[in-house]
Parts: sequence; structure tokens; C-alpha cells
Amino acid sequence: MVKALYMSISDCTGCQQCEMACSYEHEGVFNPAKSRIKVFNFPEEGRNVPYSCTQCADAWCMQACPVDAIYINTKTGAKEVSDALCVGCKVCTIACPFGTINYNHATGKVIKCDLCGGDPKCVEICPTPALTYIDAEQTGMAKMRLWAKKTDAGQAAQS
Amino acid sequence: MDYVIVGAGPAGVTAAETLRQIDPDGSVVLVGAEADPPYGRMAIPYYLIGKIEADGTYLRKSDNFYESKGIKYVQGVAKSVSPDTGKLVLSDGAEIPYDKLLVATGSHPIRPPVDGLDLAGVHHCWTLEDARAIVRLIGDGKDVVLMGAGFIGCIIMEALAVSGANLTVVEAEDRMVPRMMNQTAGNMISDWCRDKGVNVMTSARVTSVTEGGGKLSVAVDNGQTIAADLVVVATGVKSNAGFLDGSGVETEIGIKVDNHLKTSVDNIYAAGDVAQGPDFSTGGWDVHAIQPTAVEHGRIAALNMAGKDAAYKGSLNMNVLDTLGLISCSFGLWQGTEGGDSVERIDEKKSRYTILNFEGDRLVGALTLGRTDHIGVLRGLIQSNVRLGVWKDRLMADPNRLAEAYIGATRVI
Ligand SMILES: Cc1cc2nc3c(=O)[nH]c(=O)nc-3n(C[C@H](O)[C@H](O)[C@H](O)COP(=O)(O)OP(=O)(O)OC[C@H]3O[C@@H](n4cnc5c(N)ncnc54)[C@H](O)[C@@H]3O)c2cc1C
Ligand code: SF4
Repeated sequence: MVKALYMSISDCTGCQQCEMACSYEHEGVFNPAKSRIKVFNFPEEGRNVPYSCTQCADAWCMQACPVDAIYINTKTGAKEVSDALCVGCKVCTIACPFGTINYNHATGKVIKCDLCGGDPKCVEICPTPALTYIDAEQTGMAKMRLWAKKTDAGQAAQS
Repeated sequence: MDYVIVGAGPAGVTAAETLRQIDPDGSVVLVGAEADPPYGRMAIPYYLIGKIEADGTYLRKSDNFYESKGIKYVQGVAKSVSPDTGKLVLSDGAEIPYDKLLVATGSHPIRPPVDGLDLAGVHHCWTLEDARAIVRLIGDGKDVVLMGAGFIGCIIMEALAVSGANLTVVEAEDRMVPRMMNQTAGNMISDWCRDKGVNVMTSARVTSVTEGGGKLSVAVDNGQTIAADLVVVATGVKSNAGFLDGSGVETEIGIKVDNHLKTSVDNIYAAGDVAQGPDFSTGGWDVHAIQPTAVEHGRIAALNMAGKDAAYKGSLNMNVLDTLGLISCSFGLWQGTEGGDSVERIDEKKSRYTILNFEGDRLVGALTLGRTDHIGVLRGLIQSNVRLGVWKDRLMADPNRLAEAYIGATRVI
């Protein structure tokens, strides 16, 4: 069973502990700016929304990469960036319509959610049910896929 | 089914892989002209600065990738196509029969009519071979003149600057990256580059290159003459469609295709830089010479070649460029549209700039300078055609809330 990161909009309090855990796990610092998950605040709606890569099937980033630096972790299904291969061209960052693969100025390469190899630290730290790591089919992925389809320039008749 | 793909860049390689996946029984032949294994041109700048070796530019990394996938790779140059007999003819006389042919031959740089561009020390920067020649001539303190500050020129500029060159850029138009940036953003990029020590000349043309005393001498129509160890020419490209002469395949600025990427001749398709494909934004036909389009074309052409009915909604013109640390992006109709709303924010001190262009309550184009976070949502907002609703006013008030607008308008979460 492939598991996915499920980000719920109703439970997040905006405490940003997930950002801290993520940046610490991957970059060794507590710095939300270096987190691969981001909590967006919607003051008009009085909401907080945690947002990160959903490891979408289209994998725009992976397709666009000119040097094959993005690959699928067969254990978790996550699309991961190989630091050794990434040249830092940033093409993946404009190709991903969700904006969930980002350029890291410090390393000159890109970063994205890798599900921490199957043990996501953001989920571990989240004090509410906002972040869970569950069966992929139960997540809001269907909705995200729908938008991915709308973005796809030529998927209409792929089946 | 015999599939033949001519041109082994990202478009051709993606097509070969896709065909292999969807038609396991078909035979797939991939013909590439260059001596190196299939590589990505856009990785060349990183080879120039030594960030990667030549093999770091290869499109697929394992040694026997093509063989292992059952893709037959042939090194050779296509010379002509005969649709009547269904054959691709190579320059060595070999004939390759096809049921479906994909032309993915890309383009080649054009040499403007300026005296002296045939001298040693003058190079294009288009192939790995070009890059190897350039690597031998660059180094700390070398005098380098770059002709052309378009998108490709600017990418090369970044690499040349990193190499420690004394760099002069000569651009004929009135600003840098004129086909990707408006006047405001183009000027901000020029200011930034000048600030970093690059000698930027706009509205200027090289009139001749001469040689003397072991150095090149580059004359510019603004009266200046610049000494150079290396001149790099990046003044535009032309599609590699000449070998189709006499085949009946129609060309304009590229090979004309329909929305299934089929050419005017049955069983012949075209993809990537060589194809004048559907433009998502205008509904017209254009060449979008970028990596993401090449890959998308390759996949969609392959689906159609294999008998699927994959109609293409068109490519989105988009670019990301790093000029000495200032990162700029352009998407879709960045010039705006007649009667559409726009919102613009400039922060000259921080070299940040954003312009968003709307049609009704849909985003149709954007330019950004100095931001990289969640930048892909601009593609998402434009290409999903999502109605922004309340988010249009919110973006008009604060165009930096791009990711919020995407999340809010699409309610993906
Ligand atoms: C220096 C540089 C930097 C770039 N940077 C970026 C960037 O940052 N972002 C971006 O999106 N794009 C960038 N590009 C553009 C990008 O590389 C191209 O859009 C992309 O390579 C197009 O892919 P393609 O497969 O259509 O053509 P190509 O990659 O050009 O491949 C075509 C292949 O066909 C072969 N061929 C040509 N004629 C024949 C023939 N008669 N017979 C057999 N084979 C033939 C060629 O040798 C070549 O291997 C850059 C390009 C260059 C040169
Ligand atoms: S930035 Fe790295 S991972 Fe992204 S497309 Fe370029 S090389 Fe590939």
C-alpha cells in the first residue's frame, strides 16, 4: 500500500512546527524558509493550510529535468532529487504547476518533499490531525489529480 | 510497427521511451547526429563551469539505457525522407524504413553576416563539441565578448562570468532578454549585470571581428573596439528541417504540425524545437524552444504515433533564467493583452519585480524577478485556466500572494 502525506485544511493551527521539523531534518537548521512543507495563512478565511508536494503521478518536475536528476523512490513512491546529478537549472521549479519543488540558493540545487524515506518528520511533530501519513487513496489526491489533469496540455485522450 | 525517430535530444528520447512503454511489440529506432550519447543541451552551461563532466549532461544515465529498453540507437545524419517508399535516408547512404517517423532534430545557431566570425576563437555554444572548444579558451581574466543577450546568450553569460572572464555583452535590441522580459525587467537585469562587473552594451551591433597579435578585436557600431580571447555568438537559431526538402512536409518558422503533432505528410510527426506547435496562450502556432515543451511534444507525438488520440492543448511559453544570481521567470502572455488587467510591483533596491496579467478573472501571463519560492504555481494558475474569483482582487492588491491564490482558487487541499 502506497502511503501519502495528507494535509487537512480544517485542523491546522498554524504553529509551523512542521516547517521546523522539516528544515531540521533536511538542512540541520530550524528555519521555515528552508522547509519543504509550508503553512499558508488565509486571514480572510481564518484558515491555515499546510502545503507540500503530493508526489503526483504526472511528476512534471521529473519529466522536465534535462539530466535525469529526479527519480522515484520505489519504497515510498516519492519523487526524489539526486544532489549528485542536479545541476541547478531550475526548469523543474517552473514546470511543476503546484510550485512544490523549489530552488535552494545555498546549495544551488532544488529541494522537494521526499517523505523522509517513509517516516515524515512533519507528521511526527504535528500536534493536531492536520498532517497524517495514510493510505494514498484516502487523501485529497483525487482533487489534486483533477487539477493536474486540467493543467496537462495533452492528457485528454491518454487512456 | 516500425517507429523511427530522427534527432536524439530530449524530444526524441522522450518519444522513444514513450513508444517503448505503450507499444512493447513495435520496433523503435532512434537516430542521432552527434558523436556523444544523447545529451541535454541545457546542461552545457554547467559543463562549462566544471559543475559536471560531459556525462553529467547525458539525458539518461545508465551506460546501456537504450539497449536495455529495446531502443536501437543509430549514430547518423538524416539526409532525406521519402514518404512514398516510407524511408529515411542517412548521409552514409543507409536507408531506414518506417511506418511512423518522428522528426525531432531541433535547431542550429545562425551566424549573422558579420566579417570575421569564421576566425579561430569565435564559437557558438550549442553542442557539447562547441562547449569543449570554449572550455579550452576560458579562465580567470580572459577577455570574452558575447554576441547576443537573448535567453540562450544570458544563460551562457552566467557560465562565462563564473569562469572569471572579463565579459562584454553586445545586444542589438534595446534591452537584455528582449523576448522574455519587458523593458523594466530587462533594464533591471542589465543594471544587475553591470553592477557585477559585466560590460553590457544594448542597442549595439558587432560590425566585424579581426585578428592580430594573438588576440581578436571586436568592433561595435557604438564606436568601441574590444579585445577578446574568445567571442561567443548567440544571435538566434534556425530549425533543422532542411533534410525534409522535397518530402512535402510543410515548414514555416518550424515544421508545421496539427494539434496531434502530425505534419502535413501522413505518418510523419514533429516534436521539440523543430516543431511549430500549438501555443496554449494564443491559440496560434509557434516554436517554443524550451526543454519542457520538447519533452511534452515528444510524449504527445509518441502517443499519437502509436494510435492513441492525444489532442494537444498547446505548450506554455515559459522560462527561468539566472543572471549572476538574479533569477527571472516568464510565463505565457507576459506582455499582457489588449483590455486585460495588470498589476505590477517594483522594488529596485531589492531587485524584485512582479507583473501579473489577467484576462477577466484568469491569469494569462506573468514576469518575476528576484523570487523563486513556489514559482511553479504561475504555470498552474495559467495552464489550468482556473477562475480566480475573489483571488483576482487579492492579487491585484498584493501580487506576491501567488501560492495562496493557487491554493485558494483551485482548493487543491
Ligand atoms: C546553452 C543552452 C542552454 C539552454 N538552456 C535552457 C534552459 O535553461 N531552459 C530551457 O527550457 N531550455 C534551454 N535550452 C533549450 C533546450 O536545450 C532545447 O529547447 C531542447 O534541447 C530542445 O530539444 P529537442 O529535442 O527539440 O532538440 P535538441 O536538443 O536540439 O536535439 C536535436 C537532436 O537532433 C540531432 N539532429 C539534428 N539534425 C539531425 C539530422 N539531420 N540527423 C540526425 N540527427 C539530427 C541533433 O544533433 C540533436 O542531438 C538551452 C539550450 C542551449 C543550447
Ligand atoms: S534544477 Fe536540478 S532537478 Fe530540477 S530540472 Fe534542473 S537539474 Fe533537474
